Parts: sequence; C-alpha cells; structure tokens
Amino acid sequence: MPWETESKALLKSRKITSFPHSACKMATEGLHENETLASLKNEAESLKGKLEEERAKLHDVELHQVAERVEALGQFVMKTRRTLKGHGNKVLCMDWCKDKRRIVSSSQDGKVIVWDSFTTNKEHAVTMPCTWVMACAYAPSGCAIACGGLDNKCSVYPLTFDKNENMAAKKKSVAMHTNYLSACSFTNSDMQILTASGDGTCALWDVESGQLLQSFHGHGADVLCLDLAPSETGNTFVSGGCDKKAMVWDMRSGQCIQSFETHDSDINSVRYYPSGDAFASGSDDATCRLYDLRADREVAIYSKESIIFGASSVDFSLSGRLLFAGYNDYTINVWDVLKGSRVSILFGHENRVSTLRVSPDGTAFCSGSWDHTLRIWA
Amino acid sequence: MAQAPTDPSSAEAADPEESSPNMIVYRKIEDIITRMQDDKTGGVPIRTVKSFLSKIPSVVTGADIVQWLMKNLSIEDQGEAIHLGSLIAAQGYVFPISDHVLTLKDDGTFYRFQAPYFWPSNCWEPENTDYAIYLCKRTMQNKARLELADYEAENLARLQRAFARKWEFIFMQAEAQVKIDRKKDKTERKILDSQERAFWDVHRPVPGCVNTTEMDIRKCRRMKNPQKVKKSVYGVTEESQPQSPVHVPSQPVRKTTKEDFRKQITFLNLQIDRHCLKMSKVAESLIAYTEQYVEYDPFITPAEPSNPWISDDAALWDIEMSKEPSQQRVKRWGFSMDEVLKDPVGRDQFLRFLESEFSSENLRFWLAVQDLKKQPLQDVTTRVEEIWQEFLAPGAQSAINLDSHSYEKTSQNVKDPGRYTYEDAQEHIYKLMKSDSYARFLRSNAYQDLLLAKKKVNN
Repeated sequence: MPWETESKALLKSRKITSFPHSACKMATEGLHENETLASLKNEAESLKGKLEEERAKLHDVELHQVAERVEALGQFVMKTRRTLKGHGNKVLCMDWCKDKRRIVSSSQDGKVIVWDSFTTNKEHAVTMPCTWVMACAYAPSGCAIACGGLDNKCSVYPLTFDKNENMAAKKKSVAMHTNYLSACSFTNSDMQILTASGDGTCALWDVESGQLLQSFHGHGADVLCLDLAPSETGNTFVSGGCDKKAMVWDMRSGQCIQSFETHDSDINSVRYYPSGDAFASGSDDATCRLYDLRADREVAIYSKESIIFGASSVDFSLSGRLLFAGYNDYTINVWDVLKGSRVSILFGHENRVSTLRVSPDGTAFCSGSWDHTLRIWA
Repeated sequence: MAQAPTDPSSAEAADPEESSPNMIVYRKIEDIITRMQDDKTGGVPIRTVKSFLSKIPSVVTGADIVQWLMKNLSIEDQGEAIHLGSLIAAQGYVFPISDHVLTLKDDGTFYRFQAPYFWPSNCWEPENTDYAIYLCKRTMQNKARLELADYEAENLARLQRAFARKWEFIFMQAEAQVKIDRKKDKTERKILDSQERAFWDVHRPVPGCVNTTEMDIRKCRRMKNPQKVKKSVYGVTEESQPQSPVHVPSQPVRKTTKEDFRKQITFLNLQIDRHCLKMSKVAESLIAYTEQYVEYDPFITPAEPSNPWISDDAALWDIEMSKEPSQQRVKRWGFSMDEVLKDPVGRDQFLRFLESEFSSENLRFWLAVQDLKKQPLQDVTTRVEEIWQEFLAPGAQSAINLDSHSYEKTSQNVKDPGRYTYEDAQEHIYKLMKSDSYARFLRSNAYQDLLLAKKKVNN
C-alpha cells in the first residue's frame, strides 16, 4: 500500500518525532512484519550512537576547569558531635524530621527508633514484624513515620506521645511490592508516599486508602534509591538501581523523562543538587558522579585510586558546594563538588556506612552504620 | 589442602558474577596485592627473618606495606594508608603472623600474604563441620604456635556439643588432616598453617571484630552461584545442610522484546530532540548557585549565633522559629520566587503584601492547588469543586485571570477531577506571579524595609 511505503520513508528520515499516538500506531502497524528483533536492536544502537554524538558536541569544557577560578575551600574540622547508640544490629536507613533535630532510624534487627538527636534521647520505638528494615522516612508534619524492608511493604505509623498507646496498634499498611522495599519518601505531604523496590519498580501511593496512584516501570533490576526534586512546583524524582541506571521520572504520567547510565555497578544512592538542576549518585564502583539535567550528561566524577569500596549514601551541603559520601570502607569522604577534589576524609565508624543525610537546615549531617550506631557530624 | 592457586585472570569477563559488588572489590584488592608482591616493579620486600632458633619465612613488615600503599596508590595521609591496609587484612588478603585480629600496624610487625586458594573471591562459605575439624586438628598438634586462643576453645566446646553425635567422624577427619600435613616440608607447613589460620580468622572472626563476610541482603541474590560456593576446606560437607535462603537464584533476566526496543527507540528519539545546554553554561550555573548560597551553608560559613551541634546551644533554631526574620533570611527571598514560597514567613509576607494591593487571588489559587495535591484521594473531588467555585467559576469571588486556552482546558479537566486537574492553570499562574506579583513584592516598601531591618514584622 502506498501509505505504508511513504510512512516508512518518513519514519526513516526521522522527520516525524511527535506523532499523535493513533497516527503513529497506524503508520507502524504495517511495518511490524518487516521489523525483526535484530533490526530494532540495530536501530536502537544507532540512535544511542547519534545521541552520544549530539551530547558530545555540547561538551565544550569540564566543570572542574571552569571551577578553577572559584576560591578553594579552607580546611574543615568536622567531628562527631553526637553518637546515637541503641540499635541492636546494623543501622540501614535514617531520615531527618523538618524540625532539624529529630531523626528516625531503622535497623536489621527490625527496630525503628525516633530520636531527638540533639539530646540523644529516644522518643519512640517500634519493632517491625520483619528483619532488615531497609527504608524509613519522616512525614513532613513530623507526626508520622514510614518504614519497610523484607516485608515488601511500606507501613505508616502515627507518632503518639500518649505513653499508654502502643505505636504498632495504629500501623497502616500502605505500599505493597513483590520484593523488598529499598527506599521510601513522603512527597511534600503526609498523604502520599513514594517507594522503590527490589521488584524493579517505583510507586506512588495514597496513604489514607493505600491505593496505588502511579507506578514507574523501566529499571531492568532492583531499584535501590530515590530522591524527590526539591522544587516547589516540580513533579519529578530520580531513582537509581542495580541496572547501573539513574532515571528521572514524571510523577504525573509515570514516564521516564531522562536516563543516565555511566556507572560500572549498582547505584546505591541518588540525591538532588539543591537547585534541582542536577543530582549526585553513589555506586558500588567506588565512585560518586554528578549528572546535570539540562546538559543531560554526567558532568563530574568523584573518585580516588585509594577508594576501592562502594559508596553507599550521598548528600549535598546546603549550597551544593560539598558532597558527603558514606562508603563500605567505614569512612565518609567529603568532596568539593565544583573542583572534583576530596577535601576531607572522616573516620569514626567501625563498619560500613550505610546511610547519610544532611539535616534540613544544613547545620549537620547524620550517618548510620553497620556498627549499630548513628553519628551526627558538624 | 593447599591446591593449585586459582588464577584470578582466568575468570571469564562474561561471567555475571564478576560484576557483583563484592567481586568488584575483591578484584581491586587482588590487583593491589599482586602488584605489592611483584619484586620487579617495586613490590614490598618479602623476606625470611631469623628469629631465635628458627627462621620466619616469607614475611613483610607492616611499615613496608603502609609505605608501599602511600607511594603506589597516591595516598598522602598515613592514617588513610593504615586504614586501607587494615581493610585489606580484614578481608583476608594479608595477615599478621602472630595475631588473630586482622588489622595493619605501621611498625615492624610481620605480615604474610594469603594464598590465592583462600581468597574470598573463591566464594567461600565454610561450614561448621569444617571449622570443627580445624579446631580439632589444632589440638592434636603439639606446637605452641597452634595452641587454641580462649575464644577458639569456647567455639570448640560449643561445636562438640552441637555435633556430639558425629564427633567420631570429625575426629577421624582431623586425624587424616594431621597425617596429610605431616608429610609436608617444615617451612611450607609454617606458611600453610598461618594461611589456614588467617582464613578462619576471616570466617570465624575474633569476638568483637568485624565479620567481613557479612553481606548486604539486597545484593545477595546475584552474588553467588550456588554451584560455585565453596563450602568445605577439607572436602567434607554437612549432608543435611539446606540450601541457604540467601542463595535463591535471581530471576532469569527477561529477554528484550521487540516492544522493549520500540519503547527504547521512542525514548531515544525524544532525547535526541531535547534542547540541551552546553557544559560551559551548566558549569557557570552550578557555580553561580553555590556562590549565591555559600553564606547560608553552615559547613562553609559558620552559622550565627552558633551552630547548635557545636555549641550545644539551640539559639539559632529559636530565632528561626520566631516571627522576626533575619536580614539574611529576607535576602534569600529575593533569590527566587521558590524561596519566598518555601519559607512560611516569606509566604505570609508575600500574601499580606498582595492582599494590601487587593491582588492576592493568584497566590491564593496557587496555594490552594498545592494544598489540593496534598489531600488524601477521597477528598480530592470536593476540593477540586471548591477551588473551581472560588477561583474559576463565572462570578467567582477570587477570580483569577487565565487565558482562554488554559481556561478551556481546565474546564474540561474539572469534569474528571483529580490531583492534577489544575496543573496547567497553576503553571500559568506561577509564571504570571513570577513576572508580576513577585517582582512588585521585591520592590515594595514592605519587603525593602524588612531587608534593611528598618521595620519589625506586623502581626
């Protein structure tokens, strides 16, 4: 049929890019028989090559070169200011409360603890029915926490100050995945939770009803981490997985907007640069990297010959100038984001650093470790 | 017992196990260890040291290892080199000849390299029967250096209780091992004994020491092919050992389908058409952002009056809670509209200013839509209707000004109410506010006075 040949030619010349879905379907339906798996694969490969070519044209300079004119940072004196002891096994995750001093932490022993880390007092504790509670999050209101792990669920617990009330009694099961829960985060409301799972998907849930609002498919393996974009208006988030990819998602449509694949191993942690225009990642390949969304490219890599263990957790200081990264070699390395150099190495933990977050006002950061403790650094 | 060393370079690159997180680290350490032992390219001096009546074969001092690490891995700080060396020891690649605790000291303490047979990359998971055989055979040999440490004696007692019924078998295996060992050359035996002990120090560490064989459960599925796991040093396996739950093989990777490729192609085309910025522009933007916010970053510019974590004084937080915003805080509202909207005090000031000009409907609409998105699903329909009535319906009390296209689209959306019903309208209003209301706010006396700390906040 003549329209078939014409649309084939048009598609080939790539003149049509934004096609109304129905027309596209019509145009490609006739082509199905002619497209083999191999030809599609080749097409994908050639497009990848073209994309890389286009991006490379814009790669006119390196970030650290432009940053040469920026004043060097002074010497840092960062110390452990608080040590939180109380978990009976590896600390796997932690999150800050908006009040800048409370934190929630979760552990392999199934315990989730809420602390006033300023005083080091434990304020709440709940025992989960499973071990390995790999994810926990504080609600924006400060009135609830969410957690989950090997139970494949994410549950929300309201925080009550009534001594007589059992926290576990008011537990609400929100998210249900088909594999372990690796990360969870409230959106800017107590009413929605975003989750990441070993089942390779992310999902957005309505807390009240437990209903799935949107699911995000695209990772080729376990998703290990996620971070919501800091914008007041944004509806995007980034996720990282065992497929070595970092993906940026549109929360509204469930579509993947951008994808980055330059790491050599699992991405354990992703965190947005405070302006929301870029994000950092930490990986088992022992490097941290910075990806800019506007350049659609990796713009910096933070690594050293002597750092051979994986980076488990990363976060930025308030201005984005410093990147704090916790590693499986028990240390925390502090990187100059712009210049690409390491400004400090912090010793203290006696086993892997598994989680790290900067406080909401940037006055400190908290690290959690397999040595059962959490430390506040400033 | 000591078999031909496994050649690490013979591992196929295609082997998926090679890319497992643990294996990546092992290969890096093995590379370091191999270079360290290469005397042709400046490796550490491995010597036989004379001591009293005997010789200590094949040792190197901790100091030499630390020095080598600093020189060859560009490590400037000695502490860092010691830390890395200790980790390499803890993983089981190098060990002190006279201590069960696997750590590196920067002095004359003697260390030996582990035999490749015992390397962690061989996926060892030695069982308790093996450990029992090992401890048992140690007690059979009359050598001071093989005497059991207290924790080992305790472990042995516990294993004797646990394996009471098959202790005869274990004893026989231990005797057999002793016989085999006796046939070896004296010097070789010294080395092998120490390597075997170091192997057990990794898999049955001294109480209080980190067990480096512990795994991150999220990565377990891909880590070890059950067929490749080595369970026995002495060729003995526990019959009733069920397959470790950790070794459930991961799902077979789904083959890429035509549909997958089509999706990829669509995605790639979208990416190719995306307008991207040059690196130079991006770099300038990132630098500009950090420079603007550096004075607000407590890690770089010390917080005033003090950082609560350092001074133990929460004054900074008390000040922030009060309704009186500091000049620095007010200045930040001028960086972008998001900053004003993010800060509750800023938002409040912005709203008051607009109310004083009788033009607050845009901001209130924007806030209402933000609030809508925070509602539980069951309340969404009601809120959508409320917002429509107040801001958009004909004759609305706080009518906002949308262009006809946005208004048309929004009217359609309202028929199927959801959290994103007003997304388009909100975007439009946001842009309007940015160029109009926000700009006026920054020029206003209300804002300027706060910025110059001329006036207190009106409550």
